[in-house]
Amino acid sequence: MSKLSQKEYRVVTKPIRKLDAMQLVTGQAVYTDDVTPQDCLVVKLLRSPHAHALITDIDTEKAMAVPGAVAVYTYKDVPQERFTTAGQTYPEPSAYDRLLLDRRVRFVGDPVAIIAAETKEAAEMMLARVKVSYEVLPAVLDFHTAKDNELLVHPEDNWRSLCPVGADNRRNLVAHEEDSWGDLDKTFAQCSQIVEKTVHCKANNQAMMETFRTYCEIDTYGRLHVISSTQIIFHVRRIVSNALGIPKSKIRVTKPRIGGGFGAKQSVVAEIYPAFVTWKTKRPSKLVYTREECQIAASPRHEMEVHVKVGADAQGHIRAMDMYTLSNSGAYSEHGPTTVGLSGHKSISLYANQLQAYRFNYDVVYTNLQSAGAFRGYGAPQGIFAVESAVNELADRLGISPVAIREINMTREGNVIRSYYGETATSCALDRCLQRAKEKIGWDDTCLCTKVDDHTVRAKGMAIAMQGSGISNVDVGSATVRLTEDGGYALVIGAADMGTGCDTILAQMVAEMMECEMSDVTVYSADTDFSPYDSGSYASSTTYVTGKAVERACLELQEKICALGAGMLELPEEQVMFTADAVRSEDGSKAVSLTEIATKSMCGNTEALQVTATHSSPTSPPPYMVGMVELDIDIETGEAMVVNYVAVADCGTVINENLARIQLEGGIVQGIGMALYENVTYMKDGSIAENSLMEYKIPSRMDIGKLDVEFESSFEPSGPFGAKSIGELVIDTPVPAIAHAIYEATGVWLTELPFTPEKILEAVEQGGKYKNN
Amino acid sequence: MELKFTLNEVPRVVEISADTLLLDLLRSMKCYSVKRGCETGNCGLCTVFVDERPVLSCSTLAARVEGRSVVTLEGLREEAEEYGAYIADEGAEQCGFCNPGLMMNAIALYRENPEATDDEIKEYLAGNLCRCSGYEGQLRGIRSYLEFKKGEVRHE
Repeated sequence: MSKLSQKEYRVVTKPIRKLDAMQLVTGQAVYTDDVTPQDCLVVKLLRSPHAHALITDIDTEKAMAVPGAVAVYTYKDVPQERFTTAGQTYPEPSAYDRLLLDRRVRFVGDPVAIIAAETKEAAEMMLARVKVSYEVLPAVLDFHTAKDNELLVHPEDNWRSLCPVGADNRRNLVAHEEDSWGDLDKTFAQCSQIVEKTVHCKANNQAMMETFRTYCEIDTYGRLHVISSTQIIFHVRRIVSNALGIPKSKIRVTKPRIGGGFGAKQSVVAEIYPAFVTWKTKRPSKLVYTREECQIAASPRHEMEVHVKVGADAQGHIRAMDMYTLSNSGAYSEHGPTTVGLSGHKSISLYANQLQAYRFNYDVVYTNLQSAGAFRGYGAPQGIFAVESAVNELADRLGISPVAIREINMTREGNVIRSYYGETATSCALDRCLQRAKEKIGWDDTCLCTKVDDHTVRAKGMAIAMQGSGISNVDVGSATVRLTEDGGYALVIGAADMGTGCDTILAQMVAEMMECEMSDVTVYSADTDFSPYDSGSYASSTTYVTGKAVERACLELQEKICALGAGMLELPEEQVMFTADAVRSEDGSKAVSLTEIATKSMCGNTEALQVTATHSSPTSPPPYMVGMVELDIDIETGEAMVVNYVAVADCGTVINENLARIQLEGGIVQGIGMALYENVTYMKDGSIAENSLMEYKIPSRMDIGKLDVEFESSFEPSGPFGAKSIGELVIDTPVPAIAHAIYEATGVWLTELPFTPEKILEAVEQGGKYKNN
Repeated sequence: MELKFTLNEVPRVVEISADTLLLDLLRSMKCYSVKRGCETGNCGLCTVFVDERPVLSCSTLAARVEGRSVVTLEGLREEAEEYGAYIADEGAEQCGFCNPGLMMNAIALYRENPEATDDEIKEYLAGNLCRCSGYEGQLRGIRSYLEFKKGEVRHE
């Protein structure tokens, strides 16, 4: 599989079962709400019914009269220093624009009061009895008119932006940037074919099966212990510290198993509220979000409108790209300044091979709508939808195949990618991915659109994609590896396995490095008191960044083990070597087992057999993939069904084939949901129509035809064992590939998500291809 | 009000309210495998057996199980281990939060139709949502388990 990899690995690359798998499939109590007490205070949030209003009065008396009532906190009770709930490395690019509770409410669902009660029933009764008077204000509900609108979402004086991202609360601006390279006007003037396109992506929800939830208690030392379903324990610690105005040293954050995240839990959505209740009352408390709260007041994808202009010469060389992205951050700035960047950096950069000029400008705006956050892909799916649709249309207009236009233009190994921080594509098997995908789906075998029966047509579509591997020069991954008493290894990390399997993947790396079995490695994660610092599991960073830390920690630990072993063998250190289960003399005549060394390390020893290594990468090498779809469209009803999805991905060395495959399959299905079903509709009052899983339709197993995925690996020299990332890349291709297939079937390019039967039927009629039917 | 029922083969008598949902009752009785994923009967995470038939415990009043037998995954440990190993070998458990509800229905499927085709598997489990796996790995695991059980029957 891995053609460039020189070495056959023993544990790495193998489809090893996840260390926690059997606990999960047998339904053991391992999640936040299972492992924390049921008889603690119940925390609920009273939410604003208005998109924009000032609270003029809150009467809490009747609520406090409910039997079992413990507390009602309002904006009068909370610290007045603003902070952000975006889980990012300090100083966060997201502006400090939040308070725990604010007198000004900024979207339908913004918290108005924190309620604590002895029981759920009492808390719910209290919610109904808090009387709030509002001065309702006009709201900014259209993100097109938000910038420089006279209505301000954040008029307050203590709003702060810590980073130069072009934010300005007096202009409703969360971020603004202009970036370009080459002579754009001149290059476009020389192009014989130019395609312009504007696409609109919605604020999709992660819809992880476990909603947000946090339990808090005061520990033996009077510190606040936060147990939460989070991807980012260390960022949670800082953000809770900011929100409560207490030192970080007073806070400990741990995470049990996480029931899915997909970026949702890279924001501090729930933690601050029970943390405040417990800190105030000194009593254990818990907040479990309802599904409705998850749908209306959480951390969804940024709604974006992406305008792109792509120019090529008559031979199909793509020479110029111009992109403008307008991103809707909603009421708060979480992840607004950063997600938008990927809409250009991960799309324009797919075509570095022939490109001579590009421009990428963007605005991110505040509106009085739900605040957005991080969601798998992090802006890339929006930009890739635009660019890939434009490139498919360009190929169509030039009369060359969509595969051929990629072969001419796509980024290849060794290309310097100007639009990607000038990084060089050090590992790129995109060409092989394209070749393989084309063969698998039989791209050239049939026309791109064929008739299945008198009312169904089958069309093919394709797209290519890239993502990153961690945030270069920012993300920090760490690992502690120590020799255990029985001669095995304990790995302690601060990264968060949210189902992805990083605990197992990193343990595989330990087993590979230390020449032991998987059963010899235990993993502990994650706890701010015990884990070495890790920025957390996001930005496709864990395998690539933390993996490298594991590799280094293992090498250093081998040296330490050898030093102690040499002493026990009474040999100089340079005359011994580390072997799987022992330290041996060079000639193999003398040996001391790891168990003996471990035992010795606990008696009269002054050197810990434990190493913590920390890694950060100056680059973020992209994984790449090709997605090709066969889509059945009912031309009478407009219904679309993916019958076959072929995907071939280059994530560098595949560390665990099973887990990588599930990432690939799961991401594609999420992408199909984004393309065909998942809608977020804002009503006139700013509320959201799709507030349950009944209305927000995620794909079921009946909605998916065949998924046919495989890996075509490159070898990334800067990654552990040649690995890059896989987690986010996988969601990027379905939207443009399906849009392409719809075009092949109907003759119309759909540009607004999701592609509902109504829109497809309209396209069928507008395209006029089936008038005789 | 008083409720008498059998939970995982043990007779139980508990005090409930008229509006207590079976899901909340079971979690309060430490059956933590039973999960809530939505409030609208869409996700299948809370599936348990009532008199051997899979039901959504989020949409069942606890009072409805008076005199009946309720089984959660806690009561099917051995079967879950044997079956679940096939899901685990595909890496398809992923975050695991949907697993208990899936396993309940997958066990019900096996008991009802041990020779289920892929289409029958998909249809039977259509009400079990999973946001991580993309379903293909679960299908592979279930298919392998059914194959394994067929072989077992042949060898008997």
